[in-house]
Amino acid sequence: MIVDSIFVSMSVLLFTIIVLAGAFLAGLVGSLTGLGGGVIIIPLLTLVLGVDIHYAIGASIVSVIATSSGSAAAYVKEGITNIRIGMFLEIATTISAVIGAIVTVYINPGYIAVIFGCILLFSAAMMVRKKVDHSDDKATGVLANFFKLNGSYPTANGTVKYGVHNVVGGFVMMFVAGIISGLLGIGSGALKVVAMDNIMRLPFKVSTTTSNFMMGVTAAASAIVYLHRGQIDPGIAMPVTLGVLTGATVGSKLLVKTNTDKLKIIFAIVVTFLALQMIYNGLSGKL
Amino acid sequence: MKQKGKHYFADKDIQVILGTLLRVGVIASMIVVFIGGIIYLSGYSHEIIDYRVFNPSKTVYSSILAIFQGLSVLDGKAIIQFGTLLLIFTPVTRVVFSVFGFLIERDYLYVLIGLFVLGVILISLSNKLVG
Repeated sequence: MIVDSIFVSMSVLLFTIIVLAGAFLAGLVGSLTGLGGGVIIIPLLTLVLGVDIHYAIGASIVSVIATSSGSAAAYVKEGITNIRIGMFLEIATTISAVIGAIVTVYINPGYIAVIFGCILLFSAAMMVRKKVDHSDDKATGVLANFFKLNGSYPTANGTVKYGVHNVVGGFVMMFVAGIISGLLGIGSGALKVVAMDNIMRLPFKVSTTTSNFMMGVTAAASAIVYLHRGQIDPGIAMPVTLGVLTGATVGSKLLVKTNTDKLKIIFAIVVTFLALQMIYNGLSGKL
Repeated sequence: MKQKGKHYFADKDIQVILGTLLRVGVIASMIVVFIGGIIYLSGYSHEIIDYRVFNPSKTVYSSILAIFQGLSVLDGKAIIQFGTLLLIFTPVTRVVFSVFGFLIERDYLYVLIGLFVLGVILISLSNKLVG
């Protein structure tokens, strides 16, 4: 590849500047489209800069903790986040994130790239699809009552109550999301949305904010495993985390006054290309 | 659903504390990473990067002990890793505070759930998990 020869002998300074700029863009677009920074920074590091995917995963997970904790800080004060649902599902996500982080090094990097590409395709599809709110205030099962998961949240028209459905299904889906998060070093927000919106039938605002709330501790569980393995290299983690967090912060400010529908479609096409490239490189053994 | 007003206010207080904690944690760790980054660049900026193949033995600061040893000589890389550690422990501290919050509310089921999550984190701190 031509790209390889350009970047093969890069100085630390140049590398830092390029990664900072790329991570800023990843954070910005990630927060505008709701896709998250991790799924963008990993293809950038591996496909463009030729960084080993294990380093990219380590750096990405650190940026996931930064952005999710940063936005959770704002949401949790508004009282929309359901802390009980979050903590209950963290049982599933922390265990599975640790498992994913342990397993990832035993899997051929090519396969990881292929799994990553598939998750990327899925996330792109989830980004452009029309969202349907399935939430209601109907009576729920024994588990939802036992774990006191049903809740309410403030809206412009007063407090709205909601019931939590299919707790077991949601828990299992969250376990899968945690495995993927630990395996690939991403927040796996797209899978968490499936668990919370479609299976447990939470209102959008509650599911997005609660998913954000959980992401930090889930990512922390796998980040510790990555750190011990040496996958978190300060030279990559520093520009990635600073860049993604700054980009995401600017993005969240812009989000209030921007219509992101067109951006999402354009970006879905870009992400589809990245995903196919990851899958191709994975299958042909280039990663 | 919260029937008692008292519980609602207790929840509200916890939410404000958790929100502040997360914000302070993220900002503090990013400042540390930034300072570490400056020191790192001032020392290593002309070196050639080598991230093509993952080599665990090349990462010097891959344990909490090693990071603190590096901190004592103000090594840029160690300072960055220390900032990363602060960041990792921000959501973990959030769980600790939630446990106290639920303890005050006498919601012992969620005290147990919180302790369980902390237990998983503690297990992940064990070096033996890494192959």
